[in-house]
Amino acid sequence: MPFPWSRSALKFSDLLRPAEAGLYCPPGDFYIDPVTPVARAVITHGHGDHARSGHGTVLATAETLAIMATRYGADFAATQEAAPYGAPVMRDGVSVTLRPAGHILGSAQCALTWKGMSIVVSGDYKRRRDPTCRQFEQVACDVFVSEATFGLPVFRHPPDNEEVEKLLISLRQFPERTHLVGAYALGKAQRLIVLLREAGYGETIYVHGAMTNLNALYESFGVALGPLASGTSDSGDKLPGKIVIAPPSAIADRWARRFADPLPVFASGWMRVRARARQRGIELPLILSDHGDWEELTTTISGIRPQELWVTHGNEDALLRWAQLNGIEAKALKLVGYEDEEA
Amino acid sequence: MRAFAHLLDRLSFTPGRNAKLVLLTDYLAHVPDPERGWAMASLTGDLSLDAAKPAMIRKAVEARVDPQLFSLSYDFVGDLAETVALIWDPKPGANAEPQLPEVVDTLRAASRREVPQLLERWLDALDADGRWALLKLLSGGLRVGVSARLAKQALAQLGNVPLADIEDLWHGQTPPYEDLFAWLSGRGEKPSADAPARFRPVMLAQALDAPGDFSKLNAAEYAAEWKWDGIRVQAVNEGGEKRLYSRTGDDIGKSFPDVLEALNFEGVLDGELLVLQTGSIASFGDLQQRLNRKTTDAALMRKFPVGIRAYDLLLEGDQDLRRLPFTDRRQRLEAFIARLNNPRIDLSPLQSFESWEELTALRAHPPEGDAQKAEGLMLKRRDSIYEAGRPKGPWFKWKRDPHLVDAVLMYAQRGHGKRSGFYSDYTFGVWRDEKDGSRSLTPVGKAYFGFTDEELTRLDKFVRDNTVERFGPVRSVRADQDFGLVLEIAFEGLLRSARHKSGVAMRFPRVHRIRWDKPSREADELVTLEKILDKELAGRGPKPETPL
Repeated sequence: MPFPWSRSALKFSDLLRPAEAGLYCPPGDFYIDPVTPVARAVITHGHGDHARSGHGTVLATAETLAIMATRYGADFAATQEAAPYGAPVMRDGVSVTLRPAGHILGSAQCALTWKGMSIVVSGDYKRRRDPTCRQFEQVACDVFVSEATFGLPVFRHPPDNEEVEKLLISLRQFPERTHLVGAYALGKAQRLIVLLREAGYGETIYVHGAMTNLNALYESFGVALGPLASGTSDSGDKLPGKIVIAPPSAIADRWARRFADPLPVFASGWMRVRARARQRGIELPLILSDHGDWEELTTTISGIRPQELWVTHGNEDALLRWAQLNGIEAKALKLVGYEDEEA
Repeated sequence: MRAFAHLLDRLSFTPGRNAKLVLLTDYLAHVPDPERGWAMASLTGDLSLDAAKPAMIRKAVEARVDPQLFSLSYDFVGDLAETVALIWDPKPGANAEPQLPEVVDTLRAASRREVPQLLERWLDALDADGRWALLKLLSGGLRVGVSARLAKQALAQLGNVPLADIEDLWHGQTPPYEDLFAWLSGRGEKPSADAPARFRPVMLAQALDAPGDFSKLNAAEYAAEWKWDGIRVQAVNEGGEKRLYSRTGDDIGKSFPDVLEALNFEGVLDGELLVLQTGSIASFGDLQQRLNRKTTDAALMRKFPVGIRAYDLLLEGDQDLRRLPFTDRRQRLEAFIARLNNPRIDLSPLQSFESWEELTALRAHPPEGDAQKAEGLMLKRRDSIYEAGRPKGPWFKWKRDPHLVDAVLMYAQRGHGKRSGFYSDYTFGVWRDEKDGSRSLTPVGKAYFGFTDEELTRLDKFVRDNTVERFGPVRSVRADQDFGLVLEIAFEGLLRSARHKSGVAMRFPRVHRIRWDKPSREADELVTLEKILDKELAGRGPKPETPL
């Protein structure tokens, strides 16, 4: 901190604090991922609980702005400001820099610096390679604001290729059954498709109508998805032995009836826990998450070693305990309004 | 270990029998000896390691993980072995993954005191799925929904041989069954079935569809006898080696030392295990006192003396009678039993009849005595040889008519596989009088078959249109005095159950008819079931789901 004399006067909460609409930055007068409409917002990524419509000015990556326009229409905010990764934007003396978060296409961490203090709001993040988005960058800071969706030491996601292999093996074993894969429509679905392509699966992948626009958007940003077709058409083809990707809610409902003895698959970090898979009647759980596992969360925090760790949402108790054991000051912000798109 | 772990993982999530068979056969085809043999043995129950108790597993993990983090995790996951498998943080530089045969060999040679160290070493070397499989294997009982019979069926499919061949051989084989696999993959001779006092696969009957079947069958060609309500057994004495097997080939002699001792013959008998008191049989409920016990004490054996009512004779001395026609076997059986003069072994008498009408009357009105406690009748073609499995035609079972009750649909749950997306599992209830004089529905059972696809579509729509509440995959459906769907439920019997609020549990319930027309308030009352139960306890009793 370059101004030691001001230390007693300035607190981290002067730069960022939890408020009703979300995390608020008083000197810059903006919110990060607000859950209700505000005048000025910074959006970390396009998932519905973080990116809502109706704000005045929205600062985000070009990809996130495009995702919001696809979901809410081009007029989702009065003013849109695209910020490239790594380029600081000034907001009333507060410097705002978006850094890759590795969560989904366009996802960003929001790094704030002001009067010698730095706070990084990670948004949702993961560190492992994801062929559909820029890899996570670790950014030094005084306060690291982390999610804790998989903040329990039982969550160690296995390598992606092993999970994709499970699906390919099952297709060989059950060539007469439609493999109906539940995957979140934004991010997970496209990542799974690209991972399948990387594993050598060249056949047409069938997708639920809710994903068509987002798939096109990913392709427009250079993410090649290979041959896709609608899984919703009423052609009467029951698609035996094919992969059909649909939002998780669709795979166990009426929509699933059109297929050949569907084998329910679900791609989510929660599939690590057997009871979760069983409750949903999943026959083939794929442990594939866009959130960091315990290893990724603790590696990140150890690497940064912030003066303070703030935990936004998820299973914060275990992460707080871990921080205590590792001598890192930590607190839970208990923010409300953020759901978990993998559940 | 990896392939075995993946097999267990998939099996545990796969409800369908055929799908399980695909997974098993695929595993056996792709995994080399001796791993596949040990895997088979663990699934059929021929291998039971039982080496690690929960306390040992707990101790191992507590040495590694902060107790608070462990307890938060255990709360979340809810299963000890699974939590340990997931939370275990392997030490870097662990050894190569152990293979299943290595685990088995090492454990068999190890002393109790060495087990904790071995466990730790293996947990370090395996991934999460491998650790889960190892912990299941070591704590005994895989519980992935595979019966020994299903596992044998996979072997039959692997080698494209009849299941009966596998069953015939099985008791002469020891894990890891390398000779058996060599034969199944065409690399070796068929292994010998000869093993002293081995199990001979039993012959089973098809269900009779009267009167449809009667129009095609000639009454003169069939013999009839009662179908006794105990446990089908095979009693063996070959050269002094005595064995008592269940119909699936499990050795159940330990539970019945009194019967085992009484096998004063040379040969193989097929019969029904029953509680026999001075020549007449007691209810199934009495027999139940002797089932599922690890030890049997003398008092219990005196109170519930068990014996065998013989149906058939497979071997007399060392002569195999199975290729002889039923009539010839029967003659020899009658002479055999008479010679034995054994109070614990009697004969299941044949019932003479001239026509199907006469037999129908007999079934509807069994005479006083044991016959009233029978489950129904057996029909055996007089020229039938003793064939393993359930051949079509020679033998029929003709059970008594099921009980019927009108119940009201209360909850529905989504099904699996071909029924995904359909609410196809139904919980139903009957009326009960409350203390305050009102009537309420109390659940008495769950049924998920007995209806056609068209009926299912209609039932599913009814559930969706009349949902009151949702709990995960379950919906509660409107059911009260003024509105509700009445299902006519057929079931085989009732058991008293402390686990169910109603106090009764049904055996083999299915939807018999859907009463779209019947007002819900006219459905049956709990009293009706209680009356059936009282009768059951007095006479013919229900069987448990899995005897022994």
